[in-house]
Amino acid sequence: MSSVNSEIVGSEANKVRQVVVDILTEVAPDEDISCLKNEVALRDQMDLDSMDFLDIVMELKKRHSIVVPQEDYPRLESLNSCVEYLSPKFLN
Amino acid sequence: MNISHQNSSTNQEEHFDSIVIGAGMSGLAAAIRLAMAGQSVTVLEQHSIAGGLNSYYRRGKRKLDVGLHAMTNFMEQGQKGKPLGKILKQLRLRYGQLKLSPQKSSLIHFPNQKLCFSNQIEKLQADIAQTFPDQKENFEQLLEFVDHFNETDLNHQFIPASQHLSQIITDPLLLNMLMTPLLLYGSANQDEMDLAQFVIMFKSIYLEGFMRPEGGVRTIIQLLLDRLDSLGVKIRYRTKVQAILKSEEHVTGVLLQSEDVILANKIYSSIGSLESEQLADLPLRSRPGALSFVETIFHFEQRPSDSGADQTIIFYNDRPKFQYHCPATLFDPSSAVVCFPNNFEQDDGPEGVIRITFIANYQLWSKLSKNDYLNAKEQVKMAALATIKQVAPNFSATPIFTDTFTPMTIERYTGHIGGAVYGSPDKWRDGTTELAGLFLTGTDQGFLGIVGSLLSGISIANLHGISRD
Ligand SMILES: Cc1cc2nc3c(=O)[nH]c(=O)nc-3n(C[C@H](O)[C@H](O)[C@H](O)COP(=O)(O)OP(=O)(O)OC[C@H]3O[C@@H](n4cnc5c(N)ncnc54)[C@H](O)[C@@H]3O)c2cc1C
Repeated sequence: MSSVNSEIVGSEANKVRQVVVDILTEVAPDEDISCLKNEVALRDQMDLDSMDFLDIVMELKKRHSIVVPQEDYPRLESLNSCVEYLSPKFLN
Repeated sequence: MNISHQNSSTNQEEHFDSIVIGAGMSGLAAAIRLAMAGQSVTVLEQHSIAGGLNSYYRRGKRKLDVGLHAMTNFMEQGQKGKPLGKILKQLRLRYGQLKLSPQKSSLIHFPNQKLCFSNQIEKLQADIAQTFPDQKENFEQLLEFVDHFNETDLNHQFIPASQHLSQIITDPLLLNMLMTPLLLYGSANQDEMDLAQFVIMFKSIYLEGFMRPEGGVRTIIQLLLDRLDSLGVKIRYRTKVQAILKSEEHVTGVLLQSEDVILANKIYSSIGSLESEQLADLPLRSRPGALSFVETIFHFEQRPSDSGADQTIIFYNDRPKFQYHCPATLFDPSSAVVCFPNNFEQDDGPEGVIRITFIANYQLWSKLSKNDYLNAKEQVKMAALATIKQVAPNFSATPIFTDTFTPMTIERYTGHIGGAVYGSPDKWRDGTTELAGLFLTGTDQGFLGIVGSLLSGISIANLHGISRD
């Protein structure tokens, strides 16, 4: 783990992070997900385009019944922002 | 009689969210995407196997591919932003599963000039600098132009490429040479090409390059079939759609040749625009395509590279200017695509193979009697052997196996009117038709070739089949 990686604190937050990481592993099977930095945009660390974000959203719906409307896609920018945006949805 | 027939068809009426017509590359890819989004999907295919224009068959112990010379759009594992990478991710396949082998190098062979290219653009650049020194900078400008062009815009209108590009590449011979492989591998227009299609093909062939999956086209088809299987999608083979059904202005389903009806909210048709318009009884807005081909496959005991023929693909033309149009004769041996499937980095073939493709005239082939047809195939074979002599003069082996297919074969096995391999010159980039709920994917959506049609299936399924919220 890199030292610049800002920490995601709390077991709930960590669970949400893991949910996103699991989905990324499925959506981009050829990529190394293990060293993703929390605060850096996913697009800058992985080969992701808008079609792939559609897939991330599709998986959230399929696996966790979470609906992300299109105008909220930018909130899935980094692992940090994913956790921030998705955590309340997991609590509901 | 009538009553029992009606009964049996009501019994058979199934309902799906989506029907995909055609189990070619685009249909398979579209079906995978739709099923991934949780839709109920079925794929209807007239033939007894999948693959369409890029299918496979067997002759005795030999396994043959119908259309595979090479896949375009080579990428190294891990390269970002490439079409092949997008396809793999969207279909959830892994790079390693394709077992890709890059080409060695290919040749554009004109009467007095030759240009060599590989998967490294520097090779072509160096060759141009040497053969056309005054065009060196113009070619650099062309690379810049291509780099900045947004070729995947689905709202793009037709712009004739050669006219536009003659302002950048000012030597008409060089422009004609550069366009030859691009026309042959991806233009439904005679002697011309849409500018966006030029850029797509330029990137696919010159910037990314050629490759071959180990085991040929079967490897790709099997991966797609396995994906569909894991998603629970059934392909119905020997199932020909006879009509696309509609109520008022929306599709309702399809009528099969068996007279069974299958209902669906949306239909994705990969069989071509004119073909789909006919089945849906719509006004015919697409012109038939004029470009078909004859292809001869030779097998040898020796490998061509043993006699110094080590190019992967040769784009051969013996006229001053390459002519890409329907010939006035059965076929036109003055130009050819000569493919050496053994000449990729890994040679996985048990025998030496050469495939030779000529542009052909469907109308003339369709009028031949059985006997004349067989004779004409023999003529194609002789012309193909003569072409081998031209491009690989030291390779004198005698074929141990030959097979020729014609525009009639293509039409019979794929349903494309006139055996038009690249479909209609009219493309419908956004996939929509005059009928709500009927979408085009593949050939007449406009992305051509194996990688193109896979991308087409994915894009159209995403655009029209997968809700964004
Ligand atoms: C000789 C040849 C060589 C080629 N070489 C290459 C190459 O080297 N590299 C490359 O990238 N591309 C190559 N291509 C082009 C490539 O094969 C096509 O662009 C691509 O396969 C098109 O796929 P598609 O899904 O759009 O259409 P198709 O493959 O045509 O799929 C349409 C499917 O629909 C089915 N169908 C039609 N009518 C009906 C009906 N009424 N009911 C049910 N099913 C129906 C057909 O049987 C077919 O399976 C070649 C093509 C040919 C013919």
